[in-house]
Amino acid sequence: MIKNAAGRMVPETINGIQQIPYMGIGKFKPKGNKTASAIPSNSNFPDNGNKLVNSLKEALIKAGLKDGMTISTHHHFRNGDLVANQVFDIAHELGIKNLRWFPSASFPCHAHLIPYLEDGTIYSIEGSLNGPLGKFTSEGGMKGTGMLRSHGGRYQAIQDGEVKIDIAVIGAPTADAFGNANGLYGPSACGLLGFALADSQYADKVIVVTDNLVPFPCIPWQIQGNYVDYTVVVDKLGDPEKIVSGTTVVTKSPDRLLLAELTARFCDAAGIIKDGFSFQAGAGGTALSVALYFKSIMKEKGIKARFARGGSNKYLVEMLNEGLIDYILDGQTFDLDGVQSMAENPRHTWTSPFTSYNYHSKGNFADMVDVVILGATEVDTNFNANVVSHSDGYLLHGIGGWQNCLFSKTVIIPLPLFRDRIPVVRDEVTTLCGPGELIDVIVTERGIAINPLRKDLIEKTKDSGLPIKTITELKEEAEKICGKPSKPVFDDRIIAGIKWVDGTLIDVVRQLKK
Amino acid sequence: MTQKSFVGNRGEKVRSDCYMELEITASGGIQIELKSKVSALYGEDILSLMKDIFAFCQVKNARLFIEDSGALPYVLSARLEAALEKILNTGREYLLPMLPENNYSSEKERFRFSRLYLPGNNPAMMINAGLHKPHGIILDLEDSVAFDKKHEARFLVRNALRQLNFYGVERMVRINQIPAGIEDLRFVIPHNVHLILVPKCESAMQVEEVEKEISRIKKESGIKRDVFLMPIIESALGIENAFTIARASRNIVGLAIGLEDYTADLGVQRTNDGMESLYARMRLVNACKAAGIQAIDSVFSDVGDMDALLSSARISKSMGFEGMGCIHPRQVEYIHKAFAPGEEETEKAQKIVDAFITASEKGLGVVSLGTKMIDAPVVKRAQKTIELAVKLGILSKDWRNGYGAK
Repeated sequence: MIKNAAGRMVPETINGIQQIPYMGIGKFKPKGNKTASAIPSNSNFPDNGNKLVNSLKEALIKAGLKDGMTISTHHHFRNGDLVANQVFDIAHELGIKNLRWFPSASFPCHAHLIPYLEDGTIYSIEGSLNGPLGKFTSEGGMKGTGMLRSHGGRYQAIQDGEVKIDIAVIGAPTADAFGNANGLYGPSACGLLGFALADSQYADKVIVVTDNLVPFPCIPWQIQGNYVDYTVVVDKLGDPEKIVSGTTVVTKSPDRLLLAELTARFCDAAGIIKDGFSFQAGAGGTALSVALYFKSIMKEKGIKARFARGGSNKYLVEMLNEGLIDYILDGQTFDLDGVQSMAENPRHTWTSPFTSYNYHSKGNFADMVDVVILGATEVDTNFNANVVSHSDGYLLHGIGGWQNCLFSKTVIIPLPLFRDRIPVVRDEVTTLCGPGELIDVIVTERGIAINPLRKDLIEKTKDSGLPIKTITELKEEAEKICGKPSKPVFDDRIIAGIKWVDGTLIDVVRQLKK
Repeated sequence: MTQKSFVGNRGEKVRSDCYMELEITASGGIQIELKSKVSALYGEDILSLMKDIFAFCQVKNARLFIEDSGALPYVLSARLEAALEKILNTGREYLLPMLPENNYSSEKERFRFSRLYLPGNNPAMMINAGLHKPHGIILDLEDSVAFDKKHEARFLVRNALRQLNFYGVERMVRINQIPAGIEDLRFVIPHNVHLILVPKCESAMQVEEVEKEISRIKKESGIKRDVFLMPIIESALGIENAFTIARASRNIVGLAIGLEDYTADLGVQRTNDGMESLYARMRLVNACKAAGIQAIDSVFSDVGDMDALLSSARISKSMGFEGMGCIHPRQVEYIHKAFAPGEEETEKAQKIVDAFITASEKGLGVVSLGTKMIDAPVVKRAQKTIELAVKLGILSKDWRNGYGAK
């Protein structure tokens, strides 16, 4: 074990692979070249461009599925995904063992895979470990060790050759027989396929699976058939209601609305909401309401934003259509309005983790966003934050784009000061996912703490009438109400590693003591 | 002899609460089974609090099952005490410390635009109530508490008054209808409650009964401060008696009207424009003004329709009401907006008051604005508006400095 630059003890290897401990922000600068896939030849592919095979099973067999391989899927179908489950049903049926699943994220619907983790079909998961999979892993159920990466970190790991994908299975709401594909149309429409971009470019074998085959050309080709080995038609890629919601509903929770209002007032007081600014607010209850408060402030001031970073939804689309935003740069669409707008409005554009988040590139646009509103499970008095585990030690969430968004100019995390009885401001986060030096403001219903590094924000908001407090005051206030919490008790066994955006190891999660 | 009691709430949607099953046994010591979503962080804390309460009540043998959804200590202790008291009925109270920040007082003449109702047996809604800045919060023991939960709610409300910070708002409790509500008073009066709402009030005698019990408790506990009263009129008879009720005690700061029950009493539907209760509302306002107290309107029950709330509140204000009840924190902002003097209203009042002061300074008996003569009552109303605007911070105290120069 080695102590990394954040003071966390991390192992030298995970699943037998050498690890580099976190060195600090921007410190690790790898040498060498990006990885590349084998050179293919058109002569090995049908002249007529028709790559259809009869079934997913046949495609997997043709792709050479065997023990110990790494299989990737994307998470644009969110909790409605049926593709990953089908892939491992087939692997199980074929008696394949020790696979590594490399999804861009997992969801509760993937609890279906728990029996395959138990019987050895799947050895480990590298991607998020959400809900039931996280609980199963926290209790020591997974044979290998999990690895959690941000969306940008996943692209980085693939391009750097840290993770070699043997077979990428790309669910595509619309595709042609050549393998061109997009997420815009069809019964399983999910908007875009950005999370599968790296998989298509770097995997050894690429299978495109669709439930909406169209004659060539499938336009636009968000995924290019030139990367694709086989195409397959299945009955159903996903459960449409769980892929995108029919309609986004704004929270009625008075406590969340209060948090959102305080966040927006803070941004206004800090001078962030100005003509030509840019923002990112997710689809969570609080973040969505923040966008709505932004909207009314922008209208009042008669200004507009140059771009908003999605997760898009009906409300962001409305702002685009009302001329309050010039562009939406979208990473995923959360409702049907988002999907439709992306299909029809050229100012609503799809992005990939390459354009938005990849740290091993020549810059990305996450750095250019003026303000980003993020969530967290916990923060600590050094402004470090945790997004993957709960205070009771259970690993229950993935990192998503969260780490990548920390590079925005101002990072604000609105949180209730305590959830039920659990304080969110701690002495030390249970799992470190984001270093405090990148986190600027914690907004709670009982006070707003500004990172002492941001003297500019402290200065600008000191006469705003907002309840500005120190992070220690917030912690003490929470503990006064809830009592001082004990710490969860862990075993020595590491169940998952947490990667920083540059591929170094920032922390690990341990198994809970029974 | 074994006896069992069940208290608290459980279920998928229940948060910040707990459910308990208690059995007093003959032997075997204290056995606690704790199922809690926060046991990793507070399991030991919870067990030691429970043991302390058992020791305080001198119970040596009991079986306790707790299903906890993140209850704070004030909830846990209220629940166990209620469970024990159901069986033992000792009347001895296990009191957690009073937060020092809860020892503030109220005053008779203060704004009561908004009073936020909080169901008395639902801790999740109480915790952040004060943060939404209503003028008052009402911990409700009456209609929002199911009949079989009345007993345990008293303990919860008492503990909330001691342990929850309501951030300076007026602290109110709605007791049950008299006579049952009399029994509620000993649970709340000693814990710095500012105001008691007396529901379904129909006669001055009911107020006197409440007043008598409050005096008894105050004497017993050595409390000097006033406890204000606000009877709620919710029936045809109550409306007819409004004026005598309004004058039943010097501690009455206002009358509120409860239109759900009133319209039921009349046998008519309650509507948004409220024609069916026009007489009752006007009668109540008149009685209040005659008695020199505040008239407070009913709640607006559609929590999703803020536009309708705003217009309803504006009508209330125009009828002479000085506030209304809220059943959702988001209503507070809209009600305040409606009851505060508007920009136009304030400007007009400023003109009138300025003309009045100028006239007095010049020794003129007649106040005029342009070519229009201003009557004394108009001046008085304008003065009230200015006073309100100053108190609410809409106008500065010395607004007349340089006023004429504009």
